[in-house]
Amino acid sequence: MLPLVTMQKPMDAKKGLLLLYQMLLIRRFEEKAAEQYTKAKIRGFLHLYIGEEAVAVGVIQALTDEDNVLSTYREHGHALARGIDPDVIMAEMYGKVEGCSRGRGGSMHLFDASKKFYGGNAIVASHLPIAVGMALASKKQKKTNITCCFFGEGAAAEGEFHEAMNLAALWKVPVLFVCENNLYAMGTPIEYSHSVTELEKKGAAYGIEAAAVDGMDLLAVMQAANSAVEKVRISGKPYLLVCNTYRFRAHSMFDAELYRDKNEVEEWKKRDPIPQFEQFLLQQQWITDQEIAAFEDKIEAKIEKAVAFAEAGTWEPLNQLTKFVYSEK
Amino acid sequence: MEKNNDKITITYREALRQGIRDALQNDERVFLMGEDVGRYGGAFAVSKGLLQEFGADRIMDVPLSESGFVGAGIGAAMTGMKPIVEVMTINFGLLPMDQIINNAATLQHMSGGQLQIPIVIRMGCGIGRQLAAQHSHSWEPFYAHVPGLIVLSVGTHEDARGMLRTALQSPDPVVIFEYTSMLNLEKEIPENSAAVNITEAKVLRTGKDLSIITYGTGVYKCLEAAAELATVGIDAEVIDLRVLRPLDEKTFLASVAKTHRVLVVEDAWRSISISSEISARIMEKVFYDLDAPVQRLCGVEVPIPYPLHLEEASVPQKNDIINAVKKMIRHD
Repeated sequence: MLPLVTMQKPMDAKKGLLLLYQMLLIRRFEEKAAEQYTKAKIRGFLHLYIGEEAVAVGVIQALTDEDNVLSTYREHGHALARGIDPDVIMAEMYGKVEGCSRGRGGSMHLFDASKKFYGGNAIVASHLPIAVGMALASKKQKKTNITCCFFGEGAAAEGEFHEAMNLAALWKVPVLFVCENNLYAMGTPIEYSHSVTELEKKGAAYGIEAAAVDGMDLLAVMQAANSAVEKVRISGKPYLLVCNTYRFRAHSMFDAELYRDKNEVEEWKKRDPIPQFEQFLLQQQWITDQEIAAFEDKIEAKIEKAVAFAEAGTWEPLNQLTKFVYSEK
Repeated sequence: MEKNNDKITITYREALRQGIRDALQNDERVFLMGEDVGRYGGAFAVSKGLLQEFGADRIMDVPLSESGFVGAGIGAAMTGMKPIVEVMTINFGLLPMDQIINNAATLQHMSGGQLQIPIVIRMGCGIGRQLAAQHSHSWEPFYAHVPGLIVLSVGTHEDARGMLRTALQSPDPVVIFEYTSMLNLEKEIPENSAAVNITEAKVLRTGKDLSIITYGTGVYKCLEAAAELATVGIDAEVIDLRVLRPLDEKTFLASVAKTHRVLVVEDAWRSISISSEISARIMEKVFYDLDAPVQRLCGVEVPIPYPLHLEEASVPQKNDIINAVKKMIRHD
């Protein structure tokens, strides 16, 4: 049995404030990103995570700095929750050299190897086998770290999801598969994508323990993630955690949202994870309304700083165009 | 294996196996995974005995999940391992192509140089065993098209033994094509396995009358053709490209500048092929050194048929090479 290495601490005021800060930072950062997109400061695809913050924050708080994290093209939230500086994320979205991927990736390809944050992967489900391979390497190297892989419910229809689940279970490697079920694969509702819509049931086919959790409830996600991470770390085996959630914004900035009813979106917004968690903190008397307002001010300043950093960033000289295709000798 | 002074006679299969054994012995981070590489001994018996010698952690049988296990190899390579991933044949090579192109070849770039993917992917390939259309592919050009990959073609026994070792030292992803029709072929090579480079083409026979540029199964065919041509007074130079990406144009351009005539030979389909690229570069860079247009012998553009006579007619054979050269020389 591997020794238990965990940073999971019981919820207290300090931790509660940190998690609220992370969720608010993600929310406001993305609102600013959308604004900068309309000003054409950010181009390409921009996929917002707004509404789903409790998933990234609730799961990543359960990991150690040694654990690997992989995400999708909707990964700003995961990158921020992992502790990547908003300055370098904004600069990356601008395409500046100071970005966390030197501007080569943009919004969909945020990387920070020092934080073991491995993207930012934009081919749906293609990072799942990579996650399994990282966990295989950990096992071969007798390390105690685990690999946490976020993906959407759309990915669960890909062959690579099934191959990765089978390989992870077959090889008994420590991967936490986190399925963020936001109900739409771009514009296709889950009932048109999956014959079985309770996605946690897919674990059984591979002998992988699985659970589903309300992804709009940070406390519930935390509890489920803490338990899942501990199981993966102790057993060395994979686990599937399905977080049922909802994105409040369009799939991308090009999406006219013809496929869903505005009332549906409004209904889900009543379950917004941020006010829910603020209520919890207020009830616990761990925070006051004034402190929340002060928090917002602090975050606004942080985001303004990130925008200024990105604006001041530099463009990669053209003579470096072909860098990073092969390793330099 | 027979000793002859400092030379040994060895099959292509045994040379490949020695390369894998060397790699496993030299570096604990190296492991081999692929379909049937362990208990079965390798679909072509290349890895026979290695499971017994190195154990199941280092010789991993994997399920039929080409995309899954190639992706897993990429993940392992990103976090400190040196995987050799065998895709049984190139015919199944389209299934992991997303992993190879969108991930292995791309992650270093997308991450701004933070990540390296030191994976080696081996694929058996080639035409000539009457396996019909779905099992007779020469898709080297598909992979050679992709920036970020190093693409090697094992045309000789020395490279069969030596290329893998050098490939494993590369920080970047390497795809190695091995030719199943050559597995039983015996050749003499030096006993001591010196490291081979994986950046250069090789002039295997020097000549002054024309340059024959080839790779893979074309190498021995062209050498045999050149030997026969010598008996009628034609002195052909034969170049094995070896590295299909990045191409070593220096070697073949120098040859063209010397001989002034070129024949490019490959099994792959003619359009948008390796020979297309070679021909284009010669035109761009040494056009005025040419005494005659570049000629090509390539795969006929047809799904490879099952009957032997049709299969043989689908790819360049020794006599086709001889005839093409004679025609080129007479057309002076």
